[in-house]
Amino acid sequence: MSNQPLPAVPYLKIPEGGDPYLEGLKCGQCGTTFLGERNVCSKCGARDQMSPVTLPNSGKLYSYSIVYRSFPGIEVPYVSAIVDLDDGTAIKGNLINVEADPANLEFDMPVEVVFADALGRKDADGNSYLSYFFQPKS
Amino acid sequence: MTDAYIVGVDMIKFGRFPEKTVPQLGAQAALMALDDCGLSIQHMQALYCGNLGQASGMVGQRLLQEIGQTGIPVVNVANACATGATAFREAWASVKAGLYDVVLAVGVEQMGKGLLGGAGGKAGIPKEGLMGSGTMPAVFAEAGMEHARHYGTTFEQFAKVSVKNHHHSTLNPKAMYQIETPLEEVMNAEMISYPNTKLMCSVNVDGSAAAVICSEKKARELGLMDRAIKVRASVLASDPWQERDLVMPDVNSCTQKAAKEAYEMAGLGPDDIDLIELHDCFATAEILHYGNLGICKQEDAGRMIDEGEVALGGRIPVNVSGGLLSKGHPLGATGIANIYEVSTHLRNEAGARQVEGARIGLTHVIGLGSACAIHVLERAQ
Repeated sequence: MSNQPLPAVPYLKIPEGGDPYLEGLKCGQCGTTFLGERNVCSKCGARDQMSPVTLPNSGKLYSYSIVYRSFPGIEVPYVSAIVDLDDGTAIKGNLINVEADPANLEFDMPVEVVFADALGRKDADGNSYLSYFFQPKS
Repeated sequence: MTDAYIVGVDMIKFGRFPEKTVPQLGAQAALMALDDCGLSIQHMQALYCGNLGQASGMVGQRLLQEIGQTGIPVVNVANACATGATAFREAWASVKAGLYDVVLAVGVEQMGKGLLGGAGGKAGIPKEGLMGSGTMPAVFAEAGMEHARHYGTTFEQFAKVSVKNHHHSTLNPKAMYQIETPLEEVMNAEMISYPNTKLMCSVNVDGSAAAVICSEKKARELGLMDRAIKVRASVLASDPWQERDLVMPDVNSCTQKAAKEAYEMAGLGPDDIDLIELHDCFATAEILHYGNLGICKQEDAGRMIDEGEVALGGRIPVNVSGGLLSKGHPLGATGIANIYEVSTHLRNEAGARQVEGARIGLTHVIGLGSACAIHVLERAQ
């Protein structure tokens, strides 16, 4: 068991002695950005032209739902959000630090990406994880 | 290539049948569809069997073990909620191609209760509720909210879809639920994933449906043309690349693509359609598809439900069966159950819920991941 948290997803990078960030893969041929490992662009078909890019830590709320019913152990209600980051990459995550009510959520409201412990979840080996979340930009 | 006709089609009344096995449920619908055209399993030259829950479990073969082991080719089909329609399409294609003259397509599902989706995250920790929700109510709620952001569609308008479909199902003896649900009851029901309340979510039920498909030559030979339904179009699409599709499944683009191809194949347009059975897995989902199927402009979807244009008696009745919301959504069966519903109206046999003078109908299903299947059906005579 390590003392350092592990990234909740592979595209969340935790550099040695640096701040965590989100990484995308950008197609050299058509410029589309993807989350997660791939060698082939599913938009234009280009092979082996993916380059890693650091994703911006801010964006806008594109769409959302407020989840009230979930599986045991998951705290509800929470906001499931689709965010368009400033570079156009779409990403999904929890929108936190705002009361989960449609009255508090406006389409295109500015949000920032923050990194924090993955809600206390640990794996079978007891490792803790770091995740990303969104919060309203102050 | 020959035209292909539905000569027999039926479905069981959807419900909960824990004492039956999946093949038994499928066999029930198969026998009903065979009886509907006076044929037997011995006449069938192939079986296309759609089921998700036991996709690797040889359901088609076990179904034949129930009703007739004739040694015919069996293809077991899985395509998420488009499974039944995909099984039907494969059956249709085999007849169109001249491989067979008479084939059987079956869709069947036996479901538990509870939330669908949200799986994934094999290694590490589960992501559900950590990085948004992958549950079906949430995914389709997000899709609905996208419509809201672009066109101002309201919670109340989404809720009216449930009022409409629950009302329709009171006229459908095959529906799982046959209960009126007034608007306040729908909006005040337990919120599952805003804006989808419990009454805006389709019901997990057990069910099966089946269709017998014939070549034109065979249908005439057997004297079955009087109730035959011509398949004017059968189209399947997967999700084309869209900028948010990999993060927010896009049910719009695949539907629009399939719809365009279906209208082209059939040589007609949305104005020619007399009734539609579309994929209302959630009330939010139905609203999206009015525009996607071209029966109105996207921004007018809310108005369509407000003004009763999509209700029985309206300009273009949608889901007069009660839809997935009220008739039920046994995943593998739904695609063929929709075809049963439209065929029944085209045969003028829909009783209290009959769409008067229906000649051409359209069925639509979406399987998340994603698949979209659309059929255009016409009364043969």
